[in-house]
Amino acid sequence: MRLGGAVLCAMLAAGPALAADKLKVGFVYVGPVADFGYSYQHDLSRKALAEALPDKVETTFLENVPEADSERSIEKLARSGAGLIFTTSFGFMEPTLKVARKFPKVKFEHATGYKRSDNVSTYSARFYEGRYVCGKIAGTLSKSGTVGYIASFPIPEVVSGINAFMLGAQAVNPNIKIKVVWVNTWFDPGKEAEAAKALLAQGADILTQHTDSAAPLQEAEKQGKLAFGQSSDQYRFAPKAQLTSITDDWNGYVIAEAKAVLDGTWKSHDTWGGIKDGMVVLAPFTNMPDAVKAMAEETKQAIADGKIHPFAGPVLKQDGSVAVKAGETAPDPMILGMNWYVKGIDDKLTQ
Amino acid sequence: MRLDLVPRTRRSPVLDILSPALAFVAAVLIGGVAVAALGVSPGDAFVTYFVTPLSEVWSLQEIALKAAPLALIATGLAFCYRANLWNIGAEGQFVIGGLAGGWVGVATHGMGGFTLWILPAMLIAGTLAGTAYAMIPAVLKVRLGVSEILTSLMLVYVAQLLLDYMVRGPLRDPAGYNFPQSVGFDPAARLPYLMEGETLHAGVVVAFLAVVLATVVLARTLFGFEVRVVGASPRAARFAGFSDARLTLAVFAISGGAAGLAGIVEVAGKIGQLQPEISPGYGFTAIIVAFLGRLSPPGILIAAIVIALTTIGGEGAQIDLKLPLDLTRAFQGLLLGLVLGADVFAGYHVRLVPGGPTGRPVS
Repeated sequence: MRLGGAVLCAMLAAGPALAADKLKVGFVYVGPVADFGYSYQHDLSRKALAEALPDKVETTFLENVPEADSERSIEKLARSGAGLIFTTSFGFMEPTLKVARKFPKVKFEHATGYKRSDNVSTYSARFYEGRYVCGKIAGTLSKSGTVGYIASFPIPEVVSGINAFMLGAQAVNPNIKIKVVWVNTWFDPGKEAEAAKALLAQGADILTQHTDSAAPLQEAEKQGKLAFGQSSDQYRFAPKAQLTSITDDWNGYVIAEAKAVLDGTWKSHDTWGGIKDGMVVLAPFTNMPDAVKAMAEETKQAIADGKIHPFAGPVLKQDGSVAVKAGETAPDPMILGMNWYVKGIDDKLTQ
Repeated sequence: MRLDLVPRTRRSPVLDILSPALAFVAAVLIGGVAVAALGVSPGDAFVTYFVTPLSEVWSLQEIALKAAPLALIATGLAFCYRANLWNIGAEGQFVIGGLAGGWVGVATHGMGGFTLWILPAMLIAGTLAGTAYAMIPAVLKVRLGVSEILTSLMLVYVAQLLLDYMVRGPLRDPAGYNFPQSVGFDPAARLPYLMEGETLHAGVVVAFLAVVLATVVLARTLFGFEVRVVGASPRAARFAGFSDARLTLAVFAISGGAAGLAGIVEVAGKIGQLQPEISPGYGFTAIIVAFLGRLSPPGILIAAIVIALTTIGGEGAQIDLKLPLDLTRAFQGLLLGLVLGADVFAGYHVRLVPGGPTGRPVS
């Protein structure tokens, strides 16, 4: 009986009333919104959207959604009447595509994936640009000559980040060493802090991370060392340790996509924005001498202007073979599929 | 004055049914207070959590899909727990089952000709792998007296990392931009859907049959009797000539096989490929389900449906009422605590006795 009622309601709702309704925009996060990192940053864009178009959109979100169990969560959002759904983790790719097939009128936006369809767009940020700047800072400031890198999963996005960081560091100090610890999680303050302790004990005096909690920064702060934040500005957690933070700014993109859906101009596409597009933002440079600050600003500007490309040749692989020839830059597909280290990194990738 | 617990000489069947139901009501009332404290009407929350998911065809299917692996794993675990053996590693056995069965799916990808054997082979491979993996803690316990609680738990992490390694290495999709996942399985390697265009797949039937089979085995066979006797009175069981070692191996084999089967059912049913994460913690949640269902297969089936219902209702509450996910988890924990607490009252009389606190020890 209820079923019949629901169908009737749906039929009535599909009438002219729908046009006046607000666009429902749903967000699916892999972590808690309180991670003060990736999911938190994405949630800021949800709030920015709600603020920018208060009369036209209504936002909602699901947090802590396990990747293996995400299809139902995404479908639930689509069934609750969402017209635009952001699925914000790589592992949501296949589930997003599956649900998108069932709901051809709903628009989907998948972050960091590579598969699209008529109603699924993908978007990501050129995080590696920010990492190159961080690498230069670390190469200049490290006294021990060793930098500790806390990494999540060996997917291309993370590997290209390690490489860009190393190339930046080598640009100012050819003998710099990077030690990598894989923690196999995006968010686990305990594990991340353990990794930070291990790296500091092995002589690293600067830490950087591709995980989402502020735990490594706090560990560096405790031991009087330096570190880079990740995903959001984590200065308040480590005012004496944070050099800068690679921040994702999705606000502009999220608002633009919602507007496109409202205008009826939305089309499936791929967006890969960098410093130039304002999608990768570096938090204020702190805890470093003015000369280093100036160098960092200059590098950032040069990347935005296209004068520096982090993967400008010659780039050598770990075994010494040439990956990018002198005078060329790595094409996007190479960066998007990167599963090799550049020369000088003291770690092995599983192949 | 003090409270004494006096064992009831005979358990009342009415009370046995009534106590979990009352516990559920109490949990709902306490949950309602929490919801009201968050500024949401408890009535709305109740409808969103428990009524809406049961009133739509789609969400009914999702409840069945979520409850199936939980019921299957928990039913296997019931054999272990009844015999006072503590297999905490069903999550690992689930992952190994999914990996082994999924491996068959990857290896036969693109194969032409006669393909009807592939799906059965996957299910068998998953079940056997789960059993074999559960044999490690069982054999260590029988041979060396190693605590099965620790070994089975630690082997969960080994299994997860093995799966992680396999999808990044040998089983990675060569055309997948180096991302950690296998190729998508062919249709012959997928569990069939029960209805065209819907999400419900044959794995639900598998789980239901397993529950029925387990009910019969526990209640009507000599082996089931053995499990119950060993659990209730190990000394009596030894006098009766039941072998501890043989029973340990048997119940671990059953629980491992059930978890492994659940793993490959999930992989061949819902997911359709291998990826670094194939379980949202089913193996651990199933431990809760097993105890909520008081280690009886029909009870487990009900408990699995209740847990699935609260999970799916919890998602609705997040979307429609903006209630936090933590509330759902807190409610599930509360429910388990209250059911176990109510169980004490079903098994014991509570008496108020005059006298100091250091009286007769509580039996």
